[in-house]
Amino acid sequence: MWQGLVLEAKSLACERGGRLIFNNLNFVVGGGELVELRGPNGAGKSSLLRLIAKLNEPAAGSLRLSGSAQDLATQAHYIGHHEAIKPALTVKENLDFWANFQAGAANLAPFNLHQLAHDEARLLSEGQRRRLSLSRLVSVMRPIWLLDEPTVGLDQSAVTNLRNVIKAHLVMGGLVIAATHADLGWPNARVIKLAGGG
Amino acid sequence: MGALKAILWRDLALARQQGGGLGAAFSFILAVVVLVPLAIGPDLVLLQRLAAGMLWLSLLLAVLLTAEQIFQRDLEDGSLELMTMTTVPFELIALVKAIAHWLTVSLPLAVIAPPLGLLLNLDINQLPIFWLSIIVGSLALSLLASLGGAITAGLRRGGLLVSILVLPLYIPVLIFGVSATTMLMGAQSAVPSLLVLLAITLLCLVMVPLACAAALRAYMR
Repeated sequence: MWQGLVLEAKSLACERGGRLIFNNLNFVVGGGELVELRGPNGAGKSSLLRLIAKLNEPAAGSLRLSGSAQDLATQAHYIGHHEAIKPALTVKENLDFWANFQAGAANLAPFNLHQLAHDEARLLSEGQRRRLSLSRLVSVMRPIWLLDEPTVGLDQSAVTNLRNVIKAHLVMGGLVIAATHADLGWPNARVIKLAGGG
Repeated sequence: MGALKAILWRDLALARQQGGGLGAAFSFILAVVVLVPLAIGPDLVLLQRLAAGMLWLSLLLAVLLTAEQIFQRDLEDGSLELMTMTTVPFELIALVKAIAHWLTVSLPLAVIAPPLGLLLNLDINQLPIFWLSIIVGSLALSLLASLGGAITAGLRRGGLLVSILVLPLYIPVLIFGVSATTMLMGAQSAVPSLLVLLAITLLCLVMVPLACAAALRAYMR
């Protein structure tokens, strides 16, 4: 579905609150690839994902997406620590909003949210909230997935569901960058290690 | 366009389900209308002269009470960050959120306020022009409230700061809103004041979203 997408970072540096978090980071990620970001707490895994999502500006260096006419931020899904879920709305209303907002169609099936569709989101457990925000990935088609600790709070079957949607996404030529401590169980994942300044 | 419509519908749904502060704001206006005659005594001529000003003042403060909530929750739960990741200009998103606030808080209050004015012995002949001016002005009040809400969105207990920031900006709206009504009593035309009020509202419509977007971007860095 997506052909020849390449995300390229050149001598990227990130600064948060006046402290240099990482420096001179280079990588090239192509379509169909999964990259795991590894490193201790504070090494800049989340910060790197936020740079790619254009939520923060890099202190130096550049990020370039080739193979797509559109801007990086509009081609990416960012699943961060904040889940952007409104407690007063139902599960389906929450997902419908993001689907309508990003011109997609709500898809509750991949993360088994059908039975919860009409429950208010304030009743959800941590793992269920996570599944709801991960459902954005499959409701709106975007080639770049930026996942920050995607498996936190998920049970075994939800992790399997996540693996399945990632697999389908990579087959379509999308690319996935995940910050994770747990092993996603991906056979040939590339790993980018962020050392961390301590 | 789909994105903006989605935000408008969601904000209307949220206001309906969790209460957008309309109830509290309405109680505030009602309290003013009930207490003012008790406070200044049963002087009908004096009440009539004060009616329009009192209603404007209570609407203005009531809208200010709800300013904090316009962007705060969306900033805290990460919704605003995701809203920047589209082709839709963030300024338009800020504008739509201000308009949702107008539709759910300021406009209903502006529609209800003039009939309440009859309790303050508001001249019934003044009612149409007062209604028109307060509805036009209420949009400016919502827009300016959204500016205060955006500037204080990332602060805990930003409510006091909102008042300090926004009250000076409310002064022109208040002056021309009230004068549109009181001009009529002095047999002068209300039209110039009404036009200036309209101009202020249009100016806010253009300028405020730019400032809101800039303020919110600063919080998301």
